[in-house]
Amino acid sequence: PSDPPERSNLAAVQHILLVLSGKGGVGKSTVATELALALRLAGKRVGILDVDLCGPSIPRMFRVQDSAVHQCDSGWVPVFAHQDKSISLMSIGFLLEKPDDAVVWRGPKKNALIKQFVSDVAWGELDFLIVDTPPGTSDEHISTVEALRPHKPLGAILVTTPQAVSVGDVRRELTFCKKTGLRVLGIVENMSGFVCPHCSECTNIFSKGGGEELAKHAGVPFLGSVPLDPQLSQSLEDGRDFIQEFPKSSAFPALAHIAQQILDGTSPRSS
Amino acid sequence: SSGSRDEVLRDKRAQIMSRGLPKQKPIEGVKQVLVLASGKGGVGKSTAAVNIALALAANDSTKEVGLLDADIYGPSIPKMMNLKGNPELTPKNLMRPLKNYGIACMSMGFLIEETAPVVWRGLMVMSAIEKLLRQVDWGQLDYLVIDMPPGTGDVQLSVSQNIPIAGAVIISTPQDIALLDARKGAEMFRKVHVPVLGLVQNMSVFQCPKCKHETHIFGADGVKDLAKSLELDILGDIPLHVNIRETCDSGQPVVISQPQSDA
Repeated sequence: PSDPPERSNLAAVQHILLVLSGKGGVGKSTVATELALALRLAGKRVGILDVDLCGPSIPRMFRVQDSAVHQCDSGWVPVFAHQDKSISLMSIGFLLEKPDDAVVWRGPKKNALIKQFVSDVAWGELDFLIVDTPPGTSDEHISTVEALRPHKPLGAILVTTPQAVSVGDVRRELTFCKKTGLRVLGIVENMSGFVCPHCSECTNIFSKGGGEELAKHAGVPFLGSVPLDPQLSQSLEDGRDFIQEFPKSSAFPALAHIAQQILDGTSPRSS
Repeated sequence: SSGSRDEVLRDKRAQIMSRGLPKQKPIEGVKQVLVLASGKGGVGKSTAAVNIALALAANDSTKEVGLLDADIYGPSIPKMMNLKGNPELTPKNLMRPLKNYGIACMSMGFLIEETAPVVWRGLMVMSAIEKLLRQVDWGQLDYLVIDMPPGTGDVQLSVSQNIPIAGAVIISTPQDIALLDARKGAEMFRKVHVPVLGLVQNMSVFQCPKCKHETHIFGADGVKDLAKSLELDILGDIPLHVNIRETCDSGQPVVISQPQSDA
């Protein structure tokens, strides 16, 4: 018997977004992180819930991997990524004794922790809660969608790279969303082209257009193509705020545009 | 004497705890099992598995090689090996692996529709893996290469507990984020007593086809540092090359179609 949605820890969270992909390594955590940073720059309070229990990337991307989680009356206190407490994070990465510890768990244990992450974290007042997921359509996803259902999530953003093997997996994820009644806010095509910093020749290392085509074919909005950007990878390694520090970089316009579409979709004036 | 009593207690406890665990049983006809894992998704496990399987067969044409795609949720092998269709059943009710380029392949991808997601919890996944391992007519294989899914969960545990594994190869890209997970992957294999043969660094450097300028898009040498700290060998360093992706997408892996290229 859990708290009814009105009294729960998620009661003061305005919008819940999931970042999904059928495929691994396409940039879910990257997109989740950059989206959070862009929304914060637009003045929103944002939280990120990292339910990737085997490979939690979020703490590292904000350079808070050595932080610990504290308890309060209403549950766990999320870790704040910046001094001004504008981004709060929760991940299994904060609960491990050593960051290198492997979490080799079977399904039921993972499900129990995810339920706790959803109901026992004192998020407080947030405009957006972004949920970063592992690849696939497994225990973590089923549990997360079930646990979030009473809180009426806004929808899911699907991330893919342009190549055929990724698009195939993401197509399955779209079906998963349909089956579980999760609204698809749109598709992001990541790693879409690389511009050589030396000669400006654009090479489509992972092909191009696969994500856009999938969006058209499936009848979901296409949120944009993000190119391969070494500055983006480097700033994630260092845990820096890419959105504020590298506005002239090649990935910035696409990422900013994606955040803008999310804001437009949730502004009170939209129908 | 209390020290030896503790030891006896410890051994007894280990014995009782291991009673519930599955015993390792080798697959009939398969000599050596090689596992490709990473912890992190999208670093190129399937791409490497396919090309390694083909390279093993190309290096020694007397060896029979099989390829098992253990990624239940995102099976990539069918596309990369240009194979489609449901496997036939032998008179003994075993599934016959689909063959291409001389490699016998089995994947979840052959058993479900291309667009159907596999939305299963752990227990069903375990029984599916069991079927893919044992209810397949592999015949006599010198090597079975198993392409693992990302993560350190049910599939990895089931495979390591059910069959003896000759060795595991861990693949990673140079980024910190990927290395974090690769380290966890190595730790997982240590926990389940599977020998790790070494690390492979993938997507290490990109050379612009026009001006030949080299860019380390995902960082440089990260895997070399990890290998040193884990005291493992680097088995290979694969650059980012458009050919690899193009040939995978079209189902003609680069080892077969372009054996002269850098990859």
